[in-house]
Amino acid sequence: MTVREPAAGGPSLRASAFLHRHPTVRVLLFLAPGLAWLGVLYLGSLGALVVHSFWSIEEFTGLLVRELTFSTFAQLGERANYEIILRTTAMAAAVSVACGVLAFPIAYYMARYATPRMRTFLYIAVIMPLWSSYLVRALAWRSIMAGEGVFMWVVERLGLDGAVAAILRTPVLGGPSLVQSKFSLFIVYVYLWLPFMILPVHAALERVPLSYLEASSDLGARPGLTFRRIVLPLAKPGLVAGSIFTFSLTLGDFILPQIFGTSEFFLGQMVYVQQGVAGNLPLAAAFTFVAMSVMIVYLGIAKRAGAFEAL
Amino acid sequence: MRDPGAPRAGIGLRMATAFVFAFLYFPLLVIVLYAFTTQSAAFTFPPPGLTTRWFSVAFADEDMWRAVRLSVLVAATSTGVAIVLGGLLAGAIYRARFFGRNAVAFIVVLPIALPGIVTGIALRSTLSLADATFGFWTIVIGHVTFCIVIVYNNVVARLRRLSPNIVEASADLGASGLQTFRYVLLPNLGTAILAGGILAFALSFDEIIVTTFTAGQQQTLPIYIFSILFRPRAKPVTHVVALLAIAITFVPILVAQLLTRDRGAPSLGR
Repeated sequence: MTVREPAAGGPSLRASAFLHRHPTVRVLLFLAPGLAWLGVLYLGSLGALVVHSFWSIEEFTGLLVRELTFSTFAQLGERANYEIILRTTAMAAAVSVACGVLAFPIAYYMARYATPRMRTFLYIAVIMPLWSSYLVRALAWRSIMAGEGVFMWVVERLGLDGAVAAILRTPVLGGPSLVQSKFSLFIVYVYLWLPFMILPVHAALERVPLSYLEASSDLGARPGLTFRRIVLPLAKPGLVAGSIFTFSLTLGDFILPQIFGTSEFFLGQMVYVQQGVAGNLPLAAAFTFVAMSVMIVYLGIAKRAGAFEAL
Repeated sequence: MRDPGAPRAGIGLRMATAFVFAFLYFPLLVIVLYAFTTQSAAFTFPPPGLTTRWFSVAFADEDMWRAVRLSVLVAATSTGVAIVLGGLLAGAIYRARFFGRNAVAFIVVLPIALPGIVTGIALRSTLSLADATFGFWTIVIGHVTFCIVIVYNNVVARLRRLSPNIVEASADLGASGLQTFRYVLLPNLGTAILAGGILAFALSFDEIIVTTFTAGQQQTLPIYIFSILFRPRAKPVTHVVALLAIAITFVPILVAQLLTRDRGAPSLGR
């Protein structure tokens, strides 16, 4: 490797020396472009959005009224609107719990039993679906859940068609057909976000010293007790970190309910329709404000649970 | 907590692991299967017959190629900008102790911690206030916003493992900042930047939530797929396009994984 520039005195070197003596200038120079983008453009946009939620739409003309009002937020209290918020939050919570339950065994296996080769293989296998389009993976489920598709084929062979029909009739999970039911929506969300849960849970479990488990067992604890009292509390930061993603992604999604959902709206859909077809940006902003607030409260709780160290 | 002396995992745990693994990969097999089915309006299982004609139907579709080109161009541009911004931010953050350091780290993560729809609608309302024409550049603006963190995470992770002495040593030997960057930092950071860039590319290539808000009339590949999703006829065509989308992202991602494997895994994105 040859260094071509003169060793002393060039302008480049003088600039370097200056930056070395003034670390603050150096840091500011490095920060400026990124901060201009994220701090000004992005945070500014978020701020403008919040401001919009305190404006309103003139009912007859449909024009934006730029005056401070809480009337848009008051609209969220209408039954149809708060049901959307509750429905979406409940779905996000249910999906997060299901992801946690499914992620645990594979993460535990990877952390404790897998050989290094096997672990690398499983790790990449978990990550790969994450980076392939979520729309594409949702598409697969539309075929699986189709009336004559794989899911029903398996269900019929197991003689469970009665159970599926019963699920579709229930108000919470049901819908007019298997594809268009909240049951399908739930399964597809769990499928899509599962890798986001497996990775942090695995990271948390990997840091559990084996000696803790041995000590617990030496002290006479049975595996079940060791699991409840030792493994689970130590895995908690990972579970919470994973749930940040599963929760946030479910909360803001407006694509899947259009493919799998029933006529009952979810929050993301409502935002999409209000800012688009309905042309009511303030109401869309108010709904977004709810999603943002829920996430910020959630992030606060997660930070307390030590989730950020587990990310 | 790996346990080399441990007995093999219990049968229950092994079955649960296998089940989750199958759950993750079975749908991808289904995409392949239905790209070849002979039915044009249904997804009967098992398929009544297999054919390759949907591939010629899809590949003859000029709209699809236009969408692929736009997506590749958007992803490449966004990745380029994100590498510069994310790399610089990583360089500023990793060792410096300055007021607001945590705040900066928080802002960087925010676009992927908040639901994508928040980012999308916020940017859309700002851009329309600024009278921007929605098109290529507004899509890029949205994508850069969430791609920065991917590059940033990868570069910060690598910088933390580098000895800070190498930069000092380079300066002591009389190298300018640019020379230090070119001959000392870049060779060490190269694979991290490359891996971060590839991941950012894949993320951008597949993004639909933010894009829906920041795009004008043009269709990126995911938007195109979504638009043909509800066509009653020629349903397998969507599966062919889906296969193409998977192929375009899978290979680079695998490369990114292998690049960073032994030096710690790349941090996960959105």
